[in-house]
Amino acid sequence: MAGSSIMETLFQRTLEDLIKGMRLQLIGESAFISKAMEEIRREIKSTDLHTKSIALQKLTYLNSLHAADMSWAAFHAVECMSSSRFAEKRVGYVAASQSFNESTPVLLLITNQLRKDLTSVNEYEASLALECLAKIGTVDLARDLTPEIFTLLSSSKVFVRKKSIGVTMRLFEKYPDAVRVCFKRLVENLESSDPQSLSATVGVFCELAAKDPPSYLPLAPEFYRILVDSKNNWVLIKVLKIFAKLAPLEPRLAKKVVEPICEHMRRTGAKSLMFECVRTVVGSLSEYESAVKLAVAKIREFLLEDDPNLKYLGLHALSIVPPKHLWAVLENKEVVIKSLSDEDANIKLESLGLVMAMVSESSIVEISRVLVNYALKSDPEFCNEILGSLLSTCSRNFYEIVVDFDWYVSLLGEMSRTPHCQKGEEIESQLIDVGMRVRDARPELVRVARSLLIDPALLGNPFLHRVLSAAAWVSGEYVEFSLNPFELAEALIQPRASLLPNSIRAVYLQSVLKILVFSVNSYLSQTETLADLEPGVQASQMENSEASDLASVRAPIESEHDEAFNPGVLDRPSADISVEDIGTVADGDGQTSKFVSFRKNGFTRESIVNLLNLVEVAMRPLSGSLEVEILERACNILGLIEVLKREMPAQFQSEMVLEKEELEVLELIKLMDDAFSEELGPVSTSAQDRVPIPDGLVLKDNLADLDEIMGDVKLPSSNSFSLESPYYAERMDPASSNVQSKEDSEASNESTSLLAEHRKRHGLYYLPSEGNGTISNDYPPANDLKSGETTNQDDPEDFVRLTAQSLVSKKKPNYAKPRPVVVKLDEGELVLAVPKKQDSRDDLLSGAVRDILLGDDAVKLSSSIKGKEKVNMDPLDSKENMHDMEHSRHRKSSSRRSKQRPHRKERGQTSPEKLGMEKEEHGGKVKSKSSHRHGRQKSRQKAEGSSDVIVQTPVIPDFLL
Amino acid sequence: MIHFVLLISRQGKVRLTKWYSPYTQKERNKVIRELSGLILSRGPKLCNFVEWTGLKVVYKRYASLYFCMCIDQDDNELEVLEIIHHFVEILDRYFGSVCELDLIFNFHKAYYILDELLIAGELQESSKKTVARLIAAQDSLVEAAKEQQSSISTIISQATK
Repeated sequence: MAGSSIMETLFQRTLEDLIKGMRLQLIGESAFISKAMEEIRREIKSTDLHTKSIALQKLTYLNSLHAADMSWAAFHAVECMSSSRFAEKRVGYVAASQSFNESTPVLLLITNQLRKDLTSVNEYEASLALECLAKIGTVDLARDLTPEIFTLLSSSKVFVRKKSIGVTMRLFEKYPDAVRVCFKRLVENLESSDPQSLSATVGVFCELAAKDPPSYLPLAPEFYRILVDSKNNWVLIKVLKIFAKLAPLEPRLAKKVVEPICEHMRRTGAKSLMFECVRTVVGSLSEYESAVKLAVAKIREFLLEDDPNLKYLGLHALSIVPPKHLWAVLENKEVVIKSLSDEDANIKLESLGLVMAMVSESSIVEISRVLVNYALKSDPEFCNEILGSLLSTCSRNFYEIVVDFDWYVSLLGEMSRTPHCQKGEEIESQLIDVGMRVRDARPELVRVARSLLIDPALLGNPFLHRVLSAAAWVSGEYVEFSLNPFELAEALIQPRASLLPNSIRAVYLQSVLKILVFSVNSYLSQTETLADLEPGVQASQMENSEASDLASVRAPIESEHDEAFNPGVLDRPSADISVEDIGTVADGDGQTSKFVSFRKNGFTRESIVNLLNLVEVAMRPLSGSLEVEILERACNILGLIEVLKREMPAQFQSEMVLEKEELEVLELIKLMDDAFSEELGPVSTSAQDRVPIPDGLVLKDNLADLDEIMGDVKLPSSNSFSLESPYYAERMDPASSNVQSKEDSEASNESTSLLAEHRKRHGLYYLPSEGNGTISNDYPPANDLKSGETTNQDDPEDFVRLTAQSLVSKKKPNYAKPRPVVVKLDEGELVLAVPKKQDSRDDLLSGAVRDILLGDDAVKLSSSIKGKEKVNMDPLDSKENMHDMEHSRHRKSSSRRSKQRPHRKERGQTSPEKLGMEKEEHGGKVKSKSSHRHGRQKSRQKAEGSSDVIVQTPVIPDFLL
Repeated sequence: MIHFVLLISRQGKVRLTKWYSPYTQKERNKVIRELSGLILSRGPKLCNFVEWTGLKVVYKRYASLYFCMCIDQDDNELEVLEIIHHFVEILDRYFGSVCELDLIFNFHKAYYILDELLIAGELQESSKKTVARLIAAQDSLVEAAKEQQSSISTIISQATK
């Protein structure tokens, strides 16, 4: 064995040999790699550390560049790390930081090695350990090595100190409790005279502040000093980033920093710093008119540069400019529009976004025309970008910028005819949405739908199928606006429709049914009206009134058609399907009676018979379809035709005769027509709120009582269910059910679980549970989301999202103005309700956050900004902190006691950052659990304990201690 | 912060990878595949930034090598371009007008230099001179060890003869 080891040492290929061999290999790369891997596997087992380290180095190389697996070599990396020779140690560390992750089992073994190297007198060894820790630090490592990092943070060797500063970021992220130990020293480094340490520290704070800005407000004076004093652009950029986060939180701070930032902007020659200044101003300091003016001037310089980078960044900066400074965009309109045809896709996208930002009620028509034309010429990807942003801009806030819906509907039609269009789904939903919301647009909508449906070429494009589905639905639903229902029906049953997917085919068939019913009903009621006009014929009283009702409803519509009819007929392709018109056009002119206006639509006996025959022929083959939806609908239509043909022979004999049985048919058709002409409309999400709560229904009651009733109901553990759980409980009145519970319990168990099941399956149709913040607050279980410890309001991600939303909603004040076109919104409140809801939730949140984090610090900040440099020496404050600490310790113990739900207490009090860390903590915990599966009960408990501690430690006071 | 650093040759060969955010091997392969396709296909006169899955990739081509760094959406693109340039200058100083072959054969050294430049995805050293000094110091440590090593192995090989 020893002999082979020496042989290997002597004849081992070095990394360089490997690389050379790789370049000269003739056997193919993968074969060469597997051969080399074989070799490495043999060599790495060597007892000689040198041989081992070279093998490991080769393996690291193969892993890094050729994705060879090296997870199996983790232990060998640890062995190399513990070598006393620097070269071998370094190879080991590089291998470790390259390949180790949270679930690497040997991580547990390296704690002591890292500790030893961190405290090594050789600064290079310490730096290796620091670099490795920065990369692979886990919760356990971070916890165990915090003291060493703390020592290094004030090391006299700058080289080590700056690295340890860099490591603190990983440390805090993994083990938030380290903040209490290291924060003060980290802050001290902000005053460091060494530029590298300062730069590293500012870098760390920049990352930290990005995650949770409010916590770092108290440090604003330090940052301000750096902003004013520093000459180092790297540092300045980071400080600007920090201020970009802090300034929106504290208006006085914004006021203070705006001047120095402008000064930098004027003075600096570095584009990167200038860009950062510009971005900070337009993004966070947009209140300051003069600063924004300066920034926009700089943006303009960027835009006029030839450098595509600067151009891109200039456009990007413009896109951050808030809507109230839209003038900045308008000022650079030409450049923006010219950039639409830039060769760089990124620049095109940015400028597209800007063009959409410039869109207003007055310019939308023009801009859309330009863009749609442009989309025709551009490559498929960008074409769809254009269409997508047009669609989303126009539909924003219920089509608020669309004035002329006839125009918009035809634009939708035009878009779907764009060759590369892949936005079928979006166009589909908008066609239907406009149909439901905007009554006035329906005639045009049906016209557009018709032109889409009768074009057989469109059926071949799978991207358009969704659009066709919408067109089919529209033409069926609003068939009364159609100039020629027969033509529509014909289009819907054309042979090429078989190219459609089944689900859309089903929509087609349903529309055919609607058109059929409408046509027959129109025909019948027209003959009836005719009959009414005849003096001798009397229908029964009821029918009479109904018929005239119907007629009067139809009348205005028909008279509209009167005007539009003639051109419509002329336009129509006369060869194919206008059988029904024969003889009707001729006698139409000059007559004004209602009867004739009906006749104009072509509802003659022959035409109806024709239609029925045609549809029947088309449906026959479909009645054997394998798809149930199609089969069923086809059969329905066939059945209806059957009935009509059987019941109406007399009708077809003579239009003038009305008999008893025909009236039955009339009744039937009328019923169906009534059913179909029932208006469909959008329903507000708040609709449920307006339903009065019946007496005796107690909605706000704790659900604890329900546990007894529900005791034996096994709740499904899925998330969506637990999210909804308050709901079914709410529906069951706990107070009253208490009384009946004894006898009802079994039945109610069943029904509630059924209801729950139904809710789970059809969650879509239930109202969103966040509808009312107060309700969900009253139901603690409702807040047990996924992990059971984050609440809706406190989830940091939610917080981030909400703040983002609230930023957006600030932009909306001008949306309140009334629309010129009557948009039939089902609920006018809907528009208002959405932002309102967000605001209240946001207030709740930020209020809670502010209470904890800024309570005293905000005061302190204001005073310190006014001149004091030192923030943290106030005795009162430190007392406050002591109190805080005590408080947290207290809470700790109480939360320990209730182990089941340890975090309930902190809800609403912990800062978002804490929660974020807590979350990560838990993520880490889960992972570490899975890593030492072998039942390391002890460490698990330890981790749990630490996570308890973490939750209760507020961030700010730590450096004040 | 910088999420990862990639060096890709014009032919799509990877020359160096360094990951500061956790990516599994599978993800790493995917990232490399996607990005090399995205970046290599871009023409020479386009801007040096690519938006990619919510992040930004800043790249710059030096001779036949593309240096790519992936950053957060609100990081400063120009600053990262400067970091890349900084890195290249240090490599240049170390190898003496660096070329792709230098990086191919001294893969690990490029790695060590990068480690001196960045830590935890942040720039840690903005002085070229300092980086050069540090690398030289560590090199001499390694050299010393190597000499020792070679002498031992010669002793052993002599002993076993």
